[in-house]
Amino acid sequence: MNAFNSGDEGFTPSPRSSAGDTASLRPPVRGAWFDPIFEYLCLSAATLLLASLGGLVISLAIGGWPALSHFGWSFFTSTTWNPVTDVYGAAGAIAGTLITSFVALALALPVAIGIAVYLVEFCPRAIARPIAIAVELLAGIPSIVYGMWGLFIFAPLFAEYVQMPLMMNAAPGSLAEKLFAGIPNGANILSASIILSIMILPYMAAVLRELLMTVPPQVREAAYGLGCTPFEVVTSVIVPYIKRGMIGVVMLGLGRALGETMAVTFVIGNAHGFPDSIFASGATLASTIANEFTEATGDLHTSALIALGLVLFIITFTVLALARLLLSSQKY
Amino acid sequence: MIDLADTATPAAAIMNEPPYDELVLEARNVDFFYGKNQALFGVDLPVRRNAITALIGPSGCGKSTLLRVLNRIYALYPGQRAVGRVVLDGEDVLHEQRRLPWLRKRVSMVMETQTGADPIEEEQVLRVGTDLARLRARVGMVFQKPTPFPMSIYDNIAFGVRIYHRKSKAEMDEIVETALRRAALWDEVKDKLHSPGLGLSGGQQQRLCVARGIAVEPEVLLLDEPASALDPISTAKLEETLVELKKDFTVVIVTHNLQQAARIADYTGFMFLGRMIEFGPTNDLFLQPKSDKTRDYVTGRFG
Amino acid sequence: MLGRDFLRNLVNRLFITACLLATVAAITALVFILWSLVVQGIGGIDLDVFTKDTPPPGSEGGLLNAMVGSLMMCAMAMAIAIIVGILAGTWLAEYGGHTRYGAVVRFLNDVLLSAPSILVGLFVYELLVRPFEGFSGYAGAVALAFLATPIVTRTTEDILNLQSHALREAGIALGTPKWLVTRKIIWRAAGAGLLTGGLLGFARISGETAPLLFTALNNQFFSADMTKPMASLPAVIFQFALSAYDDWRRLAWAGALIIAVVVLSINIIVRFIAREKKHA
Ligand SMILES: Nc1ncnc2c1ncn2[C@@H]1O[C@H](COP(=O)(O)OP(=O)(O)OP(=O)(O)O)[C@@H](O)[C@H]1O
Ligand SMILES: [Mg+2]
Repeated sequence: MNAFNSGDEGFTPSPRSSAGDTASLRPPVRGAWFDPIFEYLCLSAATLLLASLGGLVISLAIGGWPALSHFGWSFFTSTTWNPVTDVYGAAGAIAGTLITSFVALALALPVAIGIAVYLVEFCPRAIARPIAIAVELLAGIPSIVYGMWGLFIFAPLFAEYVQMPLMMNAAPGSLAEKLFAGIPNGANILSASIILSIMILPYMAAVLRELLMTVPPQVREAAYGLGCTPFEVVTSVIVPYIKRGMIGVVMLGLGRALGETMAVTFVIGNAHGFPDSIFASGATLASTIANEFTEATGDLHTSALIALGLVLFIITFTVLALARLLLSSQKY
Repeated sequence: MIDLADTATPAAAIMNEPPYDELVLEARNVDFFYGKNQALFGVDLPVRRNAITALIGPSGCGKSTLLRVLNRIYALYPGQRAVGRVVLDGEDVLHEQRRLPWLRKRVSMVMETQTGADPIEEEQVLRVGTDLARLRARVGMVFQKPTPFPMSIYDNIAFGVRIYHRKSKAEMDEIVETALRRAALWDEVKDKLHSPGLGLSGGQQQRLCVARGIAVEPEVLLLDEPASALDPISTAKLEETLVELKKDFTVVIVTHNLQQAARIADYTGFMFLGRMIEFGPTNDLFLQPKSDKTRDYVTGRFG
Repeated sequence: MLGRDFLRNLVNRLFITACLLATVAAITALVFILWSLVVQGIGGIDLDVFTKDTPPPGSEGGLLNAMVGSLMMCAMAMAIAIIVGILAGTWLAEYGGHTRYGAVVRFLNDVLLSAPSILVGLFVYELLVRPFEGFSGYAGAVALAFLATPIVTRTTEDILNLQSHALREAGIALGTPKWLVTRKIIWRAAGAGLLTGGLLGFARISGETAPLLFTALNNQFFSADMTKPMASLPAVIFQFALSAYDDWRRLAWAGALIIAVVVLSINIIVRFIAREKKHA
């Protein structure tokens, strides 16, 4: 009878020889008991990461609650921030944060795209690599360095060569006069935006470059094969190819700018209230917290500062989450 | 073209004198699934002790898959699933039932009364238990590309042994030397045992992997196209090694090289589209194939 | 027809020129920043910087206590970050990365990776400073660890995913328990990459200021007691740069230069390791 073709039930173990017996005496694997523990440790570490983000949100919510419940909606709409009278409204800082970040982005994005496109599409190989490496290295420079540079080098130059002439030459009563009004010391919303844009520039250029390099060469070749100029290849083939990823990069840059503390705190002038010109001093959520937190006098002041932190978290989390979703769907 | 008419109803494999009385390992009616994709359809494979069994067949026919079932390496990947029986020394290794040994005992006792097997022997089998790690130590594996661990030649071999035994330095030295000698690598590396395994040539790395595999004294050694990345001289050395190893071990080898199968294998199975088409002594399979497909393949008409 | 081509070429030329200009302008600005950092900072660097503590305004001094504080807090933060990050990254790569929970962890880790560091400072303030009624070096280290861990986690997962399946299978095929395969084979094969992750994390936190302001605070004097407020380079730079004293500003520039040099060197080392690995 052919044992192999009988039904499942009819299975008979084959005769066992001595070798089989020695195998059964094989000692147990050493250290196997640690397997589930190790997996559990790894899982715990991953969970700890999750818990830390959760803890962050919860602690900000708890810490900010007294101020939020005390001021209600007016916390978000009022531009008054006065530690002396203990009245706090976040609108000025929120506006400062959004304005500096978006201006910084508007300044940095075209330049970052220019750099990335130049390095990937047009630059001779031999110098493209060193430049790319330099750009990536600069992306790692701590923001406090940018802040100091902004305060001591950039702000005086900016005041002397940009702010003063513009203010002097603005016709009285014109729109320009309103736009450029402010103390000509170089510490204002616009210089903060410029410093921010310089700070996020290498980062965005580096990520954009990597994104561009994911475009398969066939795509490029196909377009060139149709007689397109390099400009047309970039705008009509390459950009559409990485569109979602580019939006992701923009959001990442924005996320960085929104949460940046040091580079901004040095040069924004730290004035509360809604900024009324781009040359006015201002404050952002992060700079307000950095400047006042350790000196906060009352509990309500501390709580209001933490509430600012909560607002900042909600804004950046939304932006960063969108960025990651867009980037991951790009499979970059 | 090949006639696929019989794919709907799996035809039983043609079995030429399979060595049923000297088996160490047997796959029976194995189906395998990569998620929803079925890669094996009711495959049988008898593996004779102290022999070389070769698996041949066109690319994608499921040879690697079958090997990966035999030591359950597939279990690393969620979603991969095998159905059927794999019996190692009379013990079903595909269905781990460690959690409920008493239940398993009941079930098999019932089965025994039906099949009339010796209950005492089954009792012994049960005592062994099937532990995945131990199964893999009993059924070793060498892969297509050499996979030396990122450590010295010596440690590459000692690594596996240390998992099971605490050995003194002298004992370990001896084990390492024996393994390297058996794999025909000793003379080439005896002076640089403590240099990295990754520094060896491809062929040497592959023999190092064989040495590493046999150092833990497996009963069966599975090799998946071990020579495909090797030059002819290294291949010849590896083949010699395998024939030498046959004395102490059982070898199952997947190969695309029909001459290689003909040279070293005692038994050969021909697989096609996830099925075992024909199995038998190597000479019979190559010289008097019973299936048309086998004949077409071994005479080089396709594949 | 000819006019159209002329226009196309013109646009193309303009575009390329604009890209070139952007590159040149950006490189110039960044070189200018580094150059002024060196010019301003190098004058302040002398032996005193490394041997004396931060001075009261108007007198001589150095940055010794700040550097020691930074090193201690960074070292402790990295110890935490490496342990947690490597384990978490290992879980994502080897165990649960494909599950829904794994996807959530990976996603939130990516968010944490670029979350504003000042929020981490606030969080640790609420977590460790307020309950224990005091700023401390430990709180500073924990805050830095929160920033470094996501980086280590991310690099660990990426690097482990690059290791071949064959290597894992070869380990498993010997009957090795999975944790030993991971620890002795996979981690070792990925060694350079794991080191890279640690270094990148270190580079990131060594210049972080915001999270230290409300956790370790600062300390005018030398202190190696991590239960007490602790000086750190970034915090001292922040304080001194915004002061009105020339001595302090000089030290702030020197400190900024030191941090920049450290961070740049680490990044260069990382590239070097990555290159070596590729060539090996
Ligand atoms: N990880 C996987 N996921 C899904 N399907 C797979 C996977 N690995 C293999 N397969 C499929 O299973 C079938 C058998 O593959 P297998 O690798 O066993 O073939 P093989 O006979 O070893 O081929 P080769 O000679 O090329 O190595 C193929 O159709 C293949 O596409
Ligand atoms: Mg294969």
